Amino acid sequence: MTVSRRGLLAATAAAPALMRVQDALAQGIAPRRGGTLTTILSPEPPVLQIGVNNQGPTLVAAGKIFQGLLTFSPTLEPIPVLAKSWTISPDGKEYVFKLQEGVKFHDGHPMTAEDVIFSIMKFHMEVAPRARAIFALIDKAEAPDPLTVRLTLKQPFQPFLLMFDNSACAIVPKHLFDGQDYRTAPAVQKPVGTGPFRFAEWQRGNFIRLERFADYWKPGQPYLDAIIYRIVPDSQSRRLAIETGQVLLTQGSDIEPFDVPALRSRPNLEVSTKGWEYFSPLAWIELNHRVKPLDDVRVRQAISMAIDRNFITQRLWFGVGKPATNPIASTTRFHDASAKIAGHDVKAAVALLDAAGLKPNAQGVRFTLKHLTLPYGEVWSRLAEYLKQSLRQVGIALELESTDAGSWARRVGAWEYDTTINFVYQFGDPTLGVERTYVSTNIQKVTFTNTGGYSNPKVDELFATARNAADPKDRQAAFSAVQKILCEEVPQIWLMEMAFPTIHDKKLRNAISTGLGVHASFDDVFLTA
Amino acid sequence: MRDFWRRFRRNKGAVVGLVILLLVVLVAATAPWLYPGSPWDMAGAPFSPPGEMGMLLGTDSLGRDVAAGIAHGARISLLVGAVSTVAALLVGVTLGAVAGYLGGFADDAVMRFTEFFQTIPSFVLAILLVAIFTPSIGSVVFAIAIVSWPPVARVVRAEFLSLRGREFVQAAEVLGKSRLSIVLTDILPNALSPIVVLSSLMVASAILLESALSFLGLGDPNLMTWGFLIGSGRSVIRLAWWMSVFPGIAIFLTVLALNLVGEGLSDALNPRLARQRGGAA
Repeated sequence: MTVSRRGLLAATAAAPALMRVQDALAQGIAPRRGGTLTTILSPEPPVLQIGVNNQGPTLVAAGKIFQGLLTFSPTLEPIPVLAKSWTISPDGKEYVFKLQEGVKFHDGHPMTAEDVIFSIMKFHMEVAPRARAIFALIDKAEAPDPLTVRLTLKQPFQPFLLMFDNSACAIVPKHLFDGQDYRTAPAVQKPVGTGPFRFAEWQRGNFIRLERFADYWKPGQPYLDAIIYRIVPDSQSRRLAIETGQVLLTQGSDIEPFDVPALRSRPNLEVSTKGWEYFSPLAWIELNHRVKPLDDVRVRQAISMAIDRNFITQRLWFGVGKPATNPIASTTRFHDASAKIAGHDVKAAVALLDAAGLKPNAQGVRFTLKHLTLPYGEVWSRLAEYLKQSLRQVGIALELESTDAGSWARRVGAWEYDTTINFVYQFGDPTLGVERTYVSTNIQKVTFTNTGGYSNPKVDELFATARNAADPKDRQAAFSAVQKILCEEVPQIWLMEMAFPTIHDKKLRNAISTGLGVHASFDDVFLTA
Repeated sequence: MRDFWRRFRRNKGAVVGLVILLLVVLVAATAPWLYPGSPWDMAGAPFSPPGEMGMLLGTDSLGRDVAAGIAHGARISLLVGAVSTVAALLVGVTLGAVAGYLGGFADDAVMRFTEFFQTIPSFVLAILLVAIFTPSIGSVVFAIAIVSWPPVARVVRAEFLSLRGREFVQAAEVLGKSRLSIVLTDILPNALSPIVVLSSLMVASAILLESALSFLGLGDPNLMTWGFLIGSGRSVIRLAWWMSVFPGIAIFLTVLALNLVGEGLSDALNPRLARQRGGAA
């Protein structure tokens, strides 16, 4: 269901079908050459070199300059980019990629298998921790000819292909980096990739201009002459810019959720929350299991039942996002729809707390917890206030603490909190983006690990089975089992599958055509007359 | 006392201010009966306009009653205004008295110290203090007191400078009264009128400062205040004007009332000044 065997046997078969989907998205209008796309980037990224910096804005803008071997459809099927085709050996250990012909870097150098191997084995191994953990599984990387790359793994690793999207493994020019410090090489300031747009100009605090790369390997593409990313730090100015047509596209958290309803009603704008399937961020109330009585499963279940997730998604996020049902987002592979947390039920929550022996005092308070508000803006403060009120109804007093972004990360990393809000990317596969929050081997004093301290040997074992199994069927079985256990034990209180609104003028076509949305290369994006 | 009241009454604005202020105090005092329960409770459907669903002033984005928020917010605003003013007066009067009465090196030292605080923009300093000590009602009161004492110190010093050379002070000195006793029983009562006038204005500016801090999200996250109401309603002002307008009116009226009362006090306590003004009019 979520996994097809296509990925193992004939990945390329997926490609033609998807191209038709894209054509359909264009609604039969022939692509038109020319025009400049003005859009917004916020906050301003420090550099545009993927790997050296992997924050959201960097990935969006540098996604036009660099390309990976593959990208992924909204259902996370691989789509060829720099790899024309690929095969995977039946034992799941050998991956052979055939590269596209005639691919050139922006400085005119041809891209070969040497650049691909350098990018995987040296560049991203060195600069990107997430890539390092996975690419360490590679035993051998060889180039039998200049357009073929063969990777041999030490053990089968089924989510391996997901690591070849541009956001995880951009192909960088070996000749500009080899033998230098990758983080300080001159190419980091003047990024050179194979993408449809080349870096032209960057006025710090003002704009970044990318221009059409004439020698792009897809004939006739890209359609746009240039893309200008304006840096607009204020959210109300961003809203005005898209409303008045000064920019044609906004993405990520450019537009606050409360501004979305008004923009939805504008006839010239299109609002979509698609294009985040690869990342699929999931938000939850992060509980510190070292704080009593959060170690009691009945208390956690009660907290989960006391909260109305529909209210959160509809009233706080104005429908941008949807209620979470289990630890794996519904857009991530191996999500099991049959594993569900219990719904909103205040009476049942009260009964559970009574059963746990937590009697209310004269004020009706059973116990008090601190809540570290996520300092990412207003909607998160509203969420904290909502949680405070909902939990008070079942007799849990939540005391809110304000903080800044730096202190938030430090305190969560140091386990110095009772409860807070957290959200993390899932990267398409639970082994890549979900496991880290629940296995006891990842209890670390580092943010975005298992900071809550949840530990269950059975869960550890199931995640390990799913990680090491070569057959998607075995992995699905293990993930389904683990989702059932986690839904019973609710180690964290999952709230919402987050979505970010992509808002664009209807003149702009193909802005979202893959599971990475606005992070894509935009070589098929065009403006109608 | 009757004299005082008669002079105060002569200023019509002051009477209006006093009535408004008493109303605000009344609302604050009766808030627990007017709106039982917490002002954070979700009482109705979110985004209900004023008058609908039995909500006098509408509900906010979480369905909280705006009127309940204003009533309970009045308690916090008046409390913060009063406590931080008392704290600022304690510091300001003490330092001003020391500087004004002792003079010489003590005066220089205290005044340079005061100027040091006056050179820092007070709102920036308040933000900084609250951010450092993490937002809570205690840190907000502390920050407001820290930024509002310097004017008090200067006014008190000026009064003391002029009073300490007067004959009744010299007489007290000759009689052998202790310095502390002279300051407390002879000079301070005579310097009281400008302090009273100043402190009514300080309550007003403390309420404004607290609202500004809460507006920026630097208020106590567990307390409902007027600034918080405006700050949280600001983002949806195009959808729901009532969330920020009504608490704004509450702040406006309270601060206006305090200023009018301050002027009335000034007239009542400085009859000569008031008479001049009356004569001109």
